[in-house]
Amino acid sequence: MSTPNKVVKSSARPGRALAILTLILVSLGATAFVTDASEVRLGLDLRGGTSVTLQPRASTAGNEVTSAAIDQAVEIIRQRVNSLGVAESEVTAQGSGDSRQIVISVPGENGRRVVDLVGQTAELRFRQVLASGLGVPTPVDTSTAATPVAGVSESVNQAFANLDCTSSTSLQGTGSDDPAAAITACSKDGGTKYILAPAEVLGRQISKASAGINTQAGSAWSVSLTFNGEGTSAFGQLTARVTSLPEPTNQVAIVLDGIVQSSPRITEAIPSGTAEITGSFEQVEAQDLANVLKYGALPLAFDRGEVQQVSPTLGSEQLTAGLLAGAIGLLLVTIYSFFYYRGLGIVVTGSLTVAAVMIYLLALVLGETIGFTLTLAGIAGIIVAIGITADSFVVYFERIRDEIREGRSLRSAVESGWVKARHTILVADAVSIIAAALLYFFAVGSVQGFAFTLGLTTLVDLLVVYIFTKPLMTLMAKLNFFNSGHRFSGVSDKSSGVSRPTASVEA
Amino acid sequence: MSSIKGLGGRLYSGETSFNIVGNARRWYVVSAIFTLLSIGALALQGLHLGIEFKGGSAYTFTSTTATVEQARTAIEGAGISSELIVQKVGDTKIRVQTGSLTNTQSDAVESVIVSTFGVTAESIDTQIIGPSWGKEITKKALYGLIAFLLVIMLFLALIFEPKMAIAAIVAVVHDVFITVGIYALVGFDVTPATVIGFLTILGYSLYDTVVVFDKVRENTRSITSTSKQTYTQATNLAVNQTLVRSINTSVIALIPVGSILFVGAGLLGAGTLKDLSLALFIGMIVGAYSSIFIAPPVLAQLREKEPAMIALAKRVNARGAAVVNSVAVSGSVPVATATVTDRRGPRNQPKRKGRK
Repeated sequence: MSTPNKVVKSSARPGRALAILTLILVSLGATAFVTDASEVRLGLDLRGGTSVTLQPRASTAGNEVTSAAIDQAVEIIRQRVNSLGVAESEVTAQGSGDSRQIVISVPGENGRRVVDLVGQTAELRFRQVLASGLGVPTPVDTSTAATPVAGVSESVNQAFANLDCTSSTSLQGTGSDDPAAAITACSKDGGTKYILAPAEVLGRQISKASAGINTQAGSAWSVSLTFNGEGTSAFGQLTARVTSLPEPTNQVAIVLDGIVQSSPRITEAIPSGTAEITGSFEQVEAQDLANVLKYGALPLAFDRGEVQQVSPTLGSEQLTAGLLAGAIGLLLVTIYSFFYYRGLGIVVTGSLTVAAVMIYLLALVLGETIGFTLTLAGIAGIIVAIGITADSFVVYFERIRDEIREGRSLRSAVESGWVKARHTILVADAVSIIAAALLYFFAVGSVQGFAFTLGLTTLVDLLVVYIFTKPLMTLMAKLNFFNSGHRFSGVSDKSSGVSRPTASVEA
Repeated sequence: MSSIKGLGGRLYSGETSFNIVGNARRWYVVSAIFTLLSIGALALQGLHLGIEFKGGSAYTFTSTTATVEQARTAIEGAGISSELIVQKVGDTKIRVQTGSLTNTQSDAVESVIVSTFGVTAESIDTQIIGPSWGKEITKKALYGLIAFLLVIMLFLALIFEPKMAIAAIVAVVHDVFITVGIYALVGFDVTPATVIGFLTILGYSLYDTVVVFDKVRENTRSITSTSKQTYTQATNLAVNQTLVRSINTSVIALIPVGSILFVGAGLLGAGTLKDLSLALFIGMIVGAYSSIFIAPPVLAQLREKEPAMIALAKRVNARGAAVVNSVAVSGSVPVATATVTDRRGPRNQPKRKGRK
């Protein structure tokens, strides 16, 4: 056993450790300042907005959910969202490999509409036009009403007559785009309405689509597309059948999400699998159409897994609640540590403060650099980690007391206790970090936010214990207040139980 | 306070000692009863799953005048009645929960809320979960659980010893089982936030166990060369020595979780904060229990089967039953001092007995 005043060989250089800490805090602060990160980026659940999680699945028996297909789908959906011009919208894939989900987040109050639009990932389809008209409701019971179209049900005819393509709801896509049924639809600009036959060619049967200038047709913009084997024969049959029919039944509508993107007239049977759409295209129109044709060939279908709409009111309430819970938790932990550890409570409070400042700065910097956003679950992760952080101090203090019980002086106990506590803290924090990493890796959505902050805070805890708590203890052990074992120091003989306890204990 | 601090010192010296490891059978019985209750509750009642797992929609809107009855009548008027639950949340909010709806039905619910209670569609907090979503997150949680147990087992086996890993995992499985059982018994809603809570319990419970085992390892490092204590006795001493820390840690960990629970349930009524903190609150209490009463006894039993430890136990017993008593019987001071004299130095006066 140790001799009471044996000097433990100490590698303690409190000054250096504290200098490193200052350096870290200053450089974090400077990074935040330079990158102009003035506030923590808040998740949609804290500021209001809509998020949709889409679960990819194979759209047919033939294709598979691959990592590349998901990447492609993310890219396509991202372009769709961006084209709608809502600031700070995000499209990300979460999870790992081919079991990822696609998460679309749109902030603010109009998020719902945007997500409804991009969330409809229906396939692009080619349908023969059966009837078309001006995009306004046809007056019922007048002689100018469109002649009922043969071959489709009365209800479709009725819907066609009532369809008002000038209203915004008609242009949001119906979602009831049943490929096997005749449908009514509006053109993209709302100017024309159609009755369309069941789908005959599908978007995934297109292998290539591009916009270019057709020099033969007077240097106008056109869109050329190439079908795969399946598509070639389907498109060949369709074009052969309709080309000789009267207007408008010789048109084929390209329909995406129940909206007619284009309805070119078929001038000849096209058995070759390569087609060109010409007309009075602007450059942008041609490129958009080509994109639609490509995007329509989405590699996957999606199930809408989760839709969450949080109003800004609820968001700010949740933020307040989270911060309040954190403040109460922190305050109570501080009170408890002063109550139990007396003077050492200063070390606990100081360390928690340093940890809190570091996490705040990290949140600022990470928000700017890797797009870290703080969610409600993330706040919960931080609050839970208060316990883990405080526990490192408990382990250390108890070890110091153990060493004092062994007969060491405070100054030597601070060093030898650290050597033993260090191991426990490292192993215990490693377990916590492993847990956080696995949670992050396997989880979706809010769980990831929780796991990220839990892991981050545990890392910060390790750092703070090493370069703040321990050096601070070394310095404080030199103070007479602690070294002489003042009864409020928390390391008095009585606190450690080495003197004669005066109170009895029911064991 | 002074009494607890004094207790810390006496627990450390072995002067006061709770025979935790020696009474393993008692704790096993307690845990077995709880585990059986959990199985019973799971089998009979099952878990009360939130809409995140079974699919469905929830709409929350603020209205000072709306009553639950009005809302129910309005929603039923829109033709939605399957699995309809209407609740008041806090003072001014109404939450409408339904089964899986089609997009049209969902729009109908929203528009009836808008028209009946004069709120805007954007101010309705909406959550819509597809029917297959629950399977997906359950699968993920399960994968996470398995990976976690494997990685941790490996990690602990490397850092400590394989048997410690086994004992720690036994304790963790015990914790999750009982926590889930309590959920089934009481009928708390299980949401993804609850699952996060369950998974976090794994980490917490292990964290507690790790601290105890670290001390066990320290106490038993050269145990076979001294013949003073059996493995069981050394383990029991370690549990007692870390008891104050275990209690402090649990209190400090429970304080923030308790404050989330308080704020989450009190201010927000329902949601992520409440679900998460409730699971953690229950799980941490169970975890603190298992790190003291389950993991160390299991470890001791596993190790005592080793030939070296059997031989050690024989040597220790040969040195005299008195030493055994000192650890096995609480507070028998004169004998205890014999074991720890060299540690306590000059202040080694017998004090009041902890208890008769």
